[in-house]
Amino acid sequence: MRGLSFDIAHLLAGSLVLVSFMQLYQDRLYALLNIYALHALVLAASVAWQAFIQDAPHLYLTAVIALLFKAIVIPTALHRIIVRLGIHREIETVVGVGPAMLLGMGLVALSMVVMLRVTAEADPLAREDLAFSLSVVLLGLLMMVTRRNAVSQVVGFMSLENGLVLAATGAKGMPLVVEISVAFSVLIAFIVIGIFLFRIRERFDTVDVQALDRFRGERR
Amino acid sequence: MIDALTGVLVIPAIAAGLLATLPGYRLSARLNVLAALLTFLTAISLFVVEPTSGSYLLVDDLNKVFIVLTTFVGFTTSVFSASYIGHEIEIGRLTTAFVRFYHAMYQVLMFAMNLALVANNIGLMWVAIEMATLTTVLMVGIYRTHEALEAAWKYFILGSVGIALALFGTILVYMAARPVIGEGLEAMVWTILVRHAAKFDPALLNVAFIFLLLGYGTKVGLAPLHAWLPDAHAEGPTPISAVLSGLLLNVALYALLRFKMLLALNPAAIAPGPLMVIMGLVSCLFAAFMLYRRRDIKRMFAYSSIEHMGIIVFAFGMGGALANFAGLLHMTMHSLTKSAIFFAVGRLTVTNPVLGWGLVLGVVAIAGLPPLGIFMSEFLVVSSTFAREPWLATILVLGILVALGGLFLRLNTIAFGAPRGPTAPAEASYVPMFAHLAIVFMAGIYMPPALVDGFQNVARLLG
Repeated sequence: MRGLSFDIAHLLAGSLVLVSFMQLYQDRLYALLNIYALHALVLAASVAWQAFIQDAPHLYLTAVIALLFKAIVIPTALHRIIVRLGIHREIETVVGVGPAMLLGMGLVALSMVVMLRVTAEADPLAREDLAFSLSVVLLGLLMMVTRRNAVSQVVGFMSLENGLVLAATGAKGMPLVVEISVAFSVLIAFIVIGIFLFRIRERFDTVDVQALDRFRGERR
Repeated sequence: MIDALTGVLVIPAIAAGLLATLPGYRLSARLNVLAALLTFLTAISLFVVEPTSGSYLLVDDLNKVFIVLTTFVGFTTSVFSASYIGHEIEIGRLTTAFVRFYHAMYQVLMFAMNLALVANNIGLMWVAIEMATLTTVLMVGIYRTHEALEAAWKYFILGSVGIALALFGTILVYMAARPVIGEGLEAMVWTILVRHAAKFDPALLNVAFIFLLLGYGTKVGLAPLHAWLPDAHAEGPTPISAVLSGLLLNVALYALLRFKMLLALNPAAIAPGPLMVIMGLVSCLFAAFMLYRRRDIKRMFAYSSIEHMGIIVFAFGMGGALANFAGLLHMTMHSLTKSAIFFAVGRLTVTNPVLGWGLVLGVVAIAGLPPLGIFMSEFLVVSSTFAREPWLATILVLGILVALGGLFLRLNTIAFGAPRGPTAPAEASYVPMFAHLAIVFMAGIYMPPALVDGFQNVARLLG
């Protein structure tokens, strides 16, 4: 198992973490969407490579879904939403880029420590995949927390889901049911989000979530 | 072949399809009630003829209790919802298109909750709970006001983070099971997992449970992760608040209990009990103190739900036949009482004596005064804890008393105050509320031996 195939899997999963970091410091929505598309592209490559080395043809389907849906359809659609809403200006972040990167590094270190320790007996590929995917999940969470803009929170959520797909494909032989459901849930999530964005647009003329905070129920 | 097990899934699914296409809210409200009633009857029949569990669907003593409770409250809420929706249309808060959407979503929600309860596959269960979450997000935002949108957005973000953590935990459980059971579908089937749980890698199982506890715990409304719950309850349509508090929290709790049973079978894994005890206690105390600051009535009862879920999780965390029995009873009583309260919320004794006094009775019940059912179950939780861990019981009693004080301080304004502004004399149906309260009242005085036996059986199963 060690050798070239392992190295490539390692490289691809590692790149996914790297791209997650790149998302953290984007301060423009268009750039953020492009990086998200790259994220999905790396995920697709990683899943396809897993399909190849595990000899699991159904995983190719997951890779294709990631490629078509996440790398092309969603970024394009979000792009159009941004244009329509006219919010392509800067993203307001709650935490500065420096602290966010430091926090991100801390989270990656945490996930390495936790996952590598508990999976000592699993095969090395699955181990590293799990550690990397937990990093991606945590970085996605961090991004959702550090952004105020609804669109970038959604992007954070989707990169979090990418981490979950990485984990699911790394777990060898995990039934297809789950992968399809993950892809499906992203679809539903997207529809929900789309509806929300338009409703928010109707009511507020902004998708800055902070604007929503003004309407806290307790201050009535 | 359709047995009762697939029946509780097929009926809501067909009804959802029909309701999505039918115009006219009167007809669809009736159809909604009918479908919910049929689902409930099918669920009851599970006790008469027990279908065999397959590799996707499962029925045992534990989920039978949950299914019957879910379908029963689902049915009574649909009765209440019919009168509520009629009133909403009259005052023009909802248009008929939205009502059609609402009814279809109501059945989709029932389908998703039933699927989560009967799923024999940890992946399928996750999908069902995610589906239930997304459905309720849409329902919470249905009024499209500022507050409703904020509540729905918050619920959506926190809910999906929780659900993502739960999926990660699910994947880890599969990873733990794979070396023992082998690759493929079998390593995700409850009945097979339980049989082999003792041989799983304990370290992996521990981490998995932490993720599952955080993930599904968000949906249960446990303390550090509860922020979505008060907003979602306050801003959505009242029937949905009733279903959220009465049912959806239970469904997430059910998932947690299943994983707890799995962990308990592995001697080398951490004991899940203490974690649940701590989270339960923190939720109970925190929510009890939060009750004092609430000005919105639905928000206040949402905090009361957090408090009671805390008590229930605490009881299940303590474990043992008696505490489990108490937890199960408390869960049932809380579901019935809390949904009854939401059926009557906003009614004053002056303007609407019947519902107003019903609300007073509901608050008395939820505060845990004798001789009602919640007093019984809280008493059981506390006394079973006193025998084992007196200190924990003291903290729990403190939480319960603080909550009681908070509820009674507000009772004066929420039920006996003079009406402010134009009061719409909403003619909500009395039947569901009094049916619930009657059961709660009965349970406080006399429980049929068959029911006690059933609950004891489940309590033993939970270990």
